[in-house]
Amino acid sequence: MNSTSLAPPSSWTLFRALVSIGVICSLLIVSVFQLTASTIKKNETKLLDQAIAAIFPNADTKIGYKQLENGQLKKLEQEAISEQQVFAIFNQKQQLLGYVIKAQGMGYQDTIQLLFGYSPQNETINGITILSSRETPGLGDRIGKDSKFLANFKQLTVKLTPDKIRLLHKIESAKPSTEKSPWQIDSISGATISSRAVTNIISINAAEWIPLLAKHVETINVGN
Amino acid sequence: MEIRTKVINSHDKTPSHSDEFIKGLWRENPVFVQVLGMCPTLAVTNSAINALAMGLATFFVIVMSNTLVSLLRHAIPQQVRIASYILIIATFVTLVDYLLQAMSLTLHQALGAFVPLIVVNCVILGRAEAFASKNSAARSFLDGAGMGLGFTLGLLCLGMVRELLGSGSLFGFMLLPDNFEKWTIMLLPGGGFFTLGLWLLVINYFNRRKVQS
Repeated sequence: MNSTSLAPPSSWTLFRALVSIGVICSLLIVSVFQLTASTIKKNETKLLDQAIAAIFPNADTKIGYKQLENGQLKKLEQEAISEQQVFAIFNQKQQLLGYVIKAQGMGYQDTIQLLFGYSPQNETINGITILSSRETPGLGDRIGKDSKFLANFKQLTVKLTPDKIRLLHKIESAKPSTEKSPWQIDSISGATISSRAVTNIISINAAEWIPLLAKHVETINVGN
Repeated sequence: MEIRTKVINSHDKTPSHSDEFIKGLWRENPVFVQVLGMCPTLAVTNSAINALAMGLATFFVIVMSNTLVSLLRHAIPQQVRIASYILIIATFVTLVDYLLQAMSLTLHQALGAFVPLIVVNCVILGRAEAFASKNSAARSFLDGAGMGLGFTLGLLCLGMVRELLGSGSLFGFMLLPDNFEKWTIMLLPGGGFFTLGLWLLVINYFNRRKVQS
């Protein structure tokens, strides 16, 4: 350091120093990325499979679908995971059990990502799992822990209109102290914004996906 | 902080290696004495486990960056040092990010956007600038370890108080009875300031008493 303060270093010295550090850092980052990439991928799939198993305990295989702009469904590669997609869940006999829909939306602090199951036989939403959220610990994060709140989504009625183009009732947050309909959800007191956000995400995505899935049920059933 | 280091270094020419480590824990604790790195200190200490994870991630980054900066201190010209330090720190933060994801996705999600923010934790750049660029790798390693541990302890002090009062639990285990009215404010940003203020009060009180006696 003393030598540099006496005579200013040449531009080449400065350039060389920065580039060398850049090279060392890139090597470190790339090698650690390569080392951890497969484990991270495995962790993600494991988390997803656990979440699906919690919703459909008999789940055996899943096929991912993405919605195209023209309202068609596109089958995804086995391991591909996109931000918004649906998984058709089959049991061991390759019978369609239902769907798990991956959805996201704004919470109190940041995006909430969640999965919710839909059973076409029972016309119900049959469970949710919060994949990621940054809600306030102890308050908003109860959306993933509060058993009374989560029980709302164990058997939540979602009936289609007879022509199957939209939902008969919008899923919505129940107003306190009113008679509750089977498609209404009680918010958590103390975590109203977060629990309403969850209800909203499910409401929007259910209204979008469920009629679409009903329309394409034949192609999904043969696994295309 | 820079002045403080210089004063210590000039008073007794070579402080012992153990002293380089111990000073970060109490005498120059980054949270309570230097009051540096307040963004993670206030933001992620709403539960003890978050505080611990954030502290350990910072510990790793500060130890690694201190060591590398010290090893390269003769190769880095004065004029480009800031850019170099930031590059080195950012590299290790990226590594922590990948390693955390590989170890536990749940933990990674809990820390969320705060891991990338370690890049701008001024404790780390402060130690690179004030210590590692002037001292041997071994000393810088010890200094980094001490500061990292001191930072972790500081975060834990805040996290434990805030979780206990705000959620009635400690590391996720319910400690206080159900009828305890939880202090919601403790989980919100304001609670971070209150708790930090109280800790500073306690610590300064004891330090002052020690000086007087």
